[in-house]
Amino acid sequence: MSTATVGDLVSQPYKYGFVTDIETDKIAKGLDEDVVRLISAKKSEPPFLLNFRLKAFRQWQQMREPDWAQLGYPAIDYQDMVYYAAPRQQAKKASLDEVDPKLLETFEKLGIPLSEQKRLSNVAVDAVFDSVSIATTFREQLAEHGVIFCSISEAVKEHPDLIEKYLGTVVPGNDNFFAALNSAVFSDGSFVFIPKGVACPMELSTYFRINSGDTGQFERTLIVAEEGASVSYLEGCTAPMFDTNQLHAAVVELVALDDATIKYSTVQNWYAGDENGVGGIYNFVTKRGQCRGDRSKISWTQVETGSAITWKYPSCVLQGEDSVGEFYSVALTNNRQQADTGTKMVHVGPRTRSTIVSKGISAGHSSNSYRGLVQIGPKAQGARNYSQCDSMLIGDQAAANTYPYIRCQQPDAAIEHEASTCRISADQLFYLQSRGIGFEEAVSMMVSGFCRDVFNQLPLEFAAEADKLLALKLEGSVG
Amino acid sequence: MICPDAPVLLEIRDLQAAVDDQPILKGVNLTIRAGEIHAVMGRNGSGKSTLSKVLAGHPAYTVTGGSVHYRGDDLLDLAPEQRARIGLFLGFQYPVEIPGVSNLEFLRVATNARRSEGGLEELDTFAFEDLVRERLEVVKMDPAFLERSVNEGFSGGEKKRNEILQMALLEPLVAILDETDSGLDIDALRIVAGGVNQLASPENATLLITHYQRLLDLITPDYVHVMAAGRILRSGGRELALELERTGYDWVDQELERFAAEGQQTGRAPLEVG
Repeated sequence: MSTATVGDLVSQPYKYGFVTDIETDKIAKGLDEDVVRLISAKKSEPPFLLNFRLKAFRQWQQMREPDWAQLGYPAIDYQDMVYYAAPRQQAKKASLDEVDPKLLETFEKLGIPLSEQKRLSNVAVDAVFDSVSIATTFREQLAEHGVIFCSISEAVKEHPDLIEKYLGTVVPGNDNFFAALNSAVFSDGSFVFIPKGVACPMELSTYFRINSGDTGQFERTLIVAEEGASVSYLEGCTAPMFDTNQLHAAVVELVALDDATIKYSTVQNWYAGDENGVGGIYNFVTKRGQCRGDRSKISWTQVETGSAITWKYPSCVLQGEDSVGEFYSVALTNNRQQADTGTKMVHVGPRTRSTIVSKGISAGHSSNSYRGLVQIGPKAQGARNYSQCDSMLIGDQAAANTYPYIRCQQPDAAIEHEASTCRISADQLFYLQSRGIGFEEAVSMMVSGFCRDVFNQLPLEFAAEADKLLALKLEGSVG
Repeated sequence: MICPDAPVLLEIRDLQAAVDDQPILKGVNLTIRAGEIHAVMGRNGSGKSTLSKVLAGHPAYTVTGGSVHYRGDDLLDLAPEQRARIGLFLGFQYPVEIPGVSNLEFLRVATNARRSEGGLEELDTFAFEDLVRERLEVVKMDPAFLERSVNEGFSGGEKKRNEILQMALLEPLVAILDETDSGLDIDALRIVAGGVNQLASPENATLLITHYQRLLDLITPDYVHVMAAGRILRSGGRELALELERTGYDWVDQELERFAAEGQQTGRAPLEVG
């Protein structure tokens, strides 16, 4: 007879924990103005970008690390990390055949084949290894439609006007402590530009891989959809297992003009640390989308399973009339993981609408908090928001918190908030078992049932992946 | 149908079990052969429901003595899911709700788990859909219930019908129905009882656990057992149920007192069946 408890189930070895042995070009530890200049010089950036970095850096020096989140971690020593690391190879290769086979192999092992014959058929991938983008697939095919999909470093060189026009306009350089740090030292990331009236013909995806042990990762992603354009974008992330913590402080900016739609999905599986909370990624991320145009729509879907610390609030600023913001989130924490995540929906324009569906699953000794702001400004007549925050507890040592903030300056607005907490009960598990369904499958059925509303929002190709990922996270040593 | 030559499906010998160190079953003996319908009756707290849960392998109950053999093999060694796969079925008194898990998907996974154990190929969604629609007839259930989460928001009667639907799909060899009649109005009771009768065959056996005669008016048992204080106190044919209906359970108390006076510790029922 099975003596496993649900608690035993929720630990599984992290299968992406390997380190790729590759020569890297790293700068010395520490951060000052010279480092910022050095990064900019290494990337041969135009003056406007260096100025953007320096301004952000000076502001960062005046800022304090935020401490309001439901998170506890030892102080981060910002001088004890490397701010730029790149696999040592010449400028980005024109053809994948010239990319270091070790790198291709790394992505192959991660399930992201970059080589021509094995590519995911309808997904273009930008692969980012430590601080640089090493390959972007399907670029030519996308270019035929006028779609630009490349690393942000390349975009700085090839489309400086677009970068200057949009970078830092959604998340300003001094937005918050971590965004300011990112603005000062960001290394690489993806740039997407969908011109007027174009529906991007395939899914776009960026895969982030941290490899170095003492390197911070600061990627920057910018997506612009012009009038009537639409795009679906997915990011994935993994990192090796180290017993030290690595800092990941990314910034993502989305801009949607009139009638444009951006769908941004994340499957985050950074290394979460071991069962005692040693090691793992500190994930402090600023993601924000601006529905600048009328009837524009931005939708965030996130599946957060990794990281020791998650501090992340993908948000929508609903400026255009009748614009729509959505946030669908599954956050799973286990062992000693801590997550403080949610969203901000800022309704500026009239008749703007937003939907928030957050599903938190806490297992082990973890702590999982939802923190969300719904703000309705004085001009947002007829604005509507619906929020649903559900928590599932597995075992009796985990914590779930919900911190909804609502600020409304418009008497005409309608705001709904629903919240629930549940637990996987022994009786539910026994019921499924008594119908021939194994213990692990029973847990995984219940968890994916709990998450269904969110998984339904993921691009088809990845919905099954997400389901599998959660099942893996919950797989354990059932005797 | 009484079949003295039919193969023994379930053989319970001196079964003892406890929950939280509190002994509940104190030596249960019962033999069930293919083709038979048994009814276990008794008051609340007599151990009837515990017997059903122990047979299905509920983790909250600890077996402290005795044995159970299912078609000759040790049943108590098996995980609950394995017991189900080889053909043991428990119809719950209070089926739990499982939000988010689609009833149809649940039924399909369960059916396939049973099928693959029996060496049959697993059914894909289309083949399963055909099967489930056919079996819905057994309990006259609206197909709309397939689209909902398992038991979520079902009325008491709908939950019990869903239990019998599962039984119809899993085609168990031994079905234990724990107070399937509780909370049902007369129409629902007829439908549920009709389903059970329809599924009974010379190859399988049914163990009904119930308080009341009214279920036994609709499903005719071959044997009736009266449980008290964790033992089967008396066994007989269907006339025993009728007698209980007439006289109530007072005689049970007297008999228990007599046992205590005689110092009988073995827990053997005065009358052995099978």
